[in-house]
Amino acid sequence: MSDTADTKQMAYIAAQAADARVNLEIETEGMTLNIGPQHPATHGTLRIVVRLDGEQVISAEPLMGYMHRGYEKLTEVRTYPQVTTLVNRIDWLGSFANEVPFILAAEQLMEVEAPPRAQWIRTALFEMSRIANVVLFLGDMGVQLGAVTPVFFAFRDREFILNQIEAVTGGRFHPNFDRIGGLKDDLPKGWIDETRGVLKRIRNFCDEIETLVVGNEIFQSRTRNIGVIPADIGLSYGLSGANIRSSGVDWDIRRDGGVGLVHNELDWKVWTHPDGDSFARFWVRLQEVRESCTMIEQILDGIPSGPVMAKVPRIIKVPAGEAYVETENPLGVMGYYVISKGDLTPFRVKIRSASFNNVSITPWLLKGVYVPDVISILASLYFILGDIDR
Amino acid sequence: MSVVLADLAYWQETTIRLVVGLIAVLLPAGTLVYLFLFKMMSFMQSRLGPMEAGPYGSLQLLAEVGKFLQKEDIVPQAADRLIFKLAPFVVLISTFLLILVIPAGPDLWFIDVDTGIFLGLAVSSISVIGILMAGWASSSKYSLLGALRATGQLIAYELPMVLAVVGVIIQAGTLNVQEIVMAQATGEIFGFGGIGNPYVITQFVGFLIFLIAVQAELTQPPFDMPVAESELVTGYLTEYSGLRFLMFFIGEFATAAIFSALAATLFLGGWYVPGLEATDNLFNVIGPIILLGKMLLVAFFIFWFRFTYPRFREDQLQQLAWKVLIPLSLVNIVITGVLKVVF
Repeated sequence: MSDTADTKQMAYIAAQAADARVNLEIETEGMTLNIGPQHPATHGTLRIVVRLDGEQVISAEPLMGYMHRGYEKLTEVRTYPQVTTLVNRIDWLGSFANEVPFILAAEQLMEVEAPPRAQWIRTALFEMSRIANVVLFLGDMGVQLGAVTPVFFAFRDREFILNQIEAVTGGRFHPNFDRIGGLKDDLPKGWIDETRGVLKRIRNFCDEIETLVVGNEIFQSRTRNIGVIPADIGLSYGLSGANIRSSGVDWDIRRDGGVGLVHNELDWKVWTHPDGDSFARFWVRLQEVRESCTMIEQILDGIPSGPVMAKVPRIIKVPAGEAYVETENPLGVMGYYVISKGDLTPFRVKIRSASFNNVSITPWLLKGVYVPDVISILASLYFILGDIDR
Repeated sequence: MSVVLADLAYWQETTIRLVVGLIAVLLPAGTLVYLFLFKMMSFMQSRLGPMEAGPYGSLQLLAEVGKFLQKEDIVPQAADRLIFKLAPFVVLISTFLLILVIPAGPDLWFIDVDTGIFLGLAVSSISVIGILMAGWASSSKYSLLGALRATGQLIAYELPMVLAVVGVIIQAGTLNVQEIVMAQATGEIFGFGGIGNPYVITQFVGFLIFLIAVQAELTQPPFDMPVAESELVTGYLTEYSGLRFLMFFIGEFATAAIFSALAATLFLGGWYVPGLEATDNLFNVIGPIILLGKMLLVAFFIFWFRFTYPRFREDQLQQLAWKVLIPLSLVNIVITGVLKVVF
């Protein structure tokens, strides 16, 4: 090593050391903040460890498992009809939608198909549970941003949808109504007319939210260009549902390969938004509620007559085999991978729930944002803890 | 009040001042909590609010106070005990000092100083110290973040508030609050003296800026970033319980009431209503009621925004103060000064 090189290198090292020292003196110590597991903004027990520099997030890590209930394992000791009681509780706001993909997978294995009337009612209830779920999100987003009023409107109008679900199934939150080969019961008398009125109320609620929340300038400034998810990043993290549609990806399993439900016989539209920010996620969900209303109205008009239950044996033994069925649930794509060995109980069930993947993007998404935006981004991703932990 | 109390002994006068002062702080605060927080908020959110305690839940307030009194007074283990316990009182002190300067009738006041409005705006900032004390002493990260946000916000919005009042001061030509009321009562609008000259007409820009700044000073939505319950739990209030939380609560709503009364005094003519002579002795009786009515009118707007709007982010909130409100209030002062010279 020559002398000149040596001095250059020494000067470089000295400069580096001086820089490091200046940084050491100027840089303030960061702060680690545990958001959760008990925190008003996490709707349950999600824990997010954020490293803060002032109010800016350096790194964020979601830690889950505080609500793990072991449903995948529990299904192995339940008979097939009993499993619906468990999976009801995964996404507890839209619980009927949880039953559908499992029942469809079991039907696929048994090679039975529900009668047309059962499929139509199933689709109606599926969309109603979507409304019950997303309506609450539309109100809750306001609460997370500090506006307390919308959530009361959401609870008020969700009540009517829950009443309609209760009228059919007997359960408000955990219907447990779907059966392999059809449904437990037919619709009660007068239900169809009543539901039309309820849908009108939900549409009014959507208009109300549009004027009260979407049109609000503070809401827009808090959500526009906040938490932008580009389409390729979102896809690589496995995002689904409205979260990926608001990044401009036109993908909806209800349209692109749904089995067992009758969405393809209805006239409806998949809503997307090019921006991919929090506002887009809110807006897309708002439009989806309206779209669900349109779908249910068409179902009410076109529901065929006939039985609601196919011929299935009294004691259900599912033939050996494997099936994977996924549906477009309120929170995103939900799939059940069922392996049967020909017993009364499934051999193994793997549940792909949407929120688990939707939350997994948070370390990437929260980097560099401010603490208030952490909350609004988490709220706009819309997860439900039961859906993360299962 | 000074005239009324002229013949009394010192201890009698002090006792009366104490009782009237307590009533003047607690009664409007209670009215605001019941009318707006309990009832108006409920009606806006399509529910009834408290209905069980007393007719239409009117005794709910007492029930709430009783509930807070029963609760355990928890001090976190790592807290700075003395400062933690003192903080609520410091916040309340600022509220009590603020009511001193507001007159409720031609002879009804606590103190009548020539720099009244200056004193009032100065003491209103004491609460910042209390909030900072609470946030620091709680030894909780949420509290600290909340307290720092509150401090930044209160300092930022103090400026537009003061500058908005400057317009009124220029127009009235005095810092004395009583004389500002008198100037509004005896003033004329282009030679028409029928309704006096409430400054909300000429100083409407100042009035709007004052209302926005008051909203921010009270840390209410859309400016409630310091206590944002969805992210900071409740900011600097997080670790407080029982009586001390109640103190903060009273402080918040009493300050809301008193700032509303101040706005009513400065911009809506205070205890005066058109139709009577400003020096009429009747105003010593109905003055407080008129002031309460005007205060409720101003508070209605404050709470209306509170229940409707989502909250600003911290940087947006500072931008609004420094880039919009302060330049606007400066322009308002310039225009007011020019017009004062012209007319």
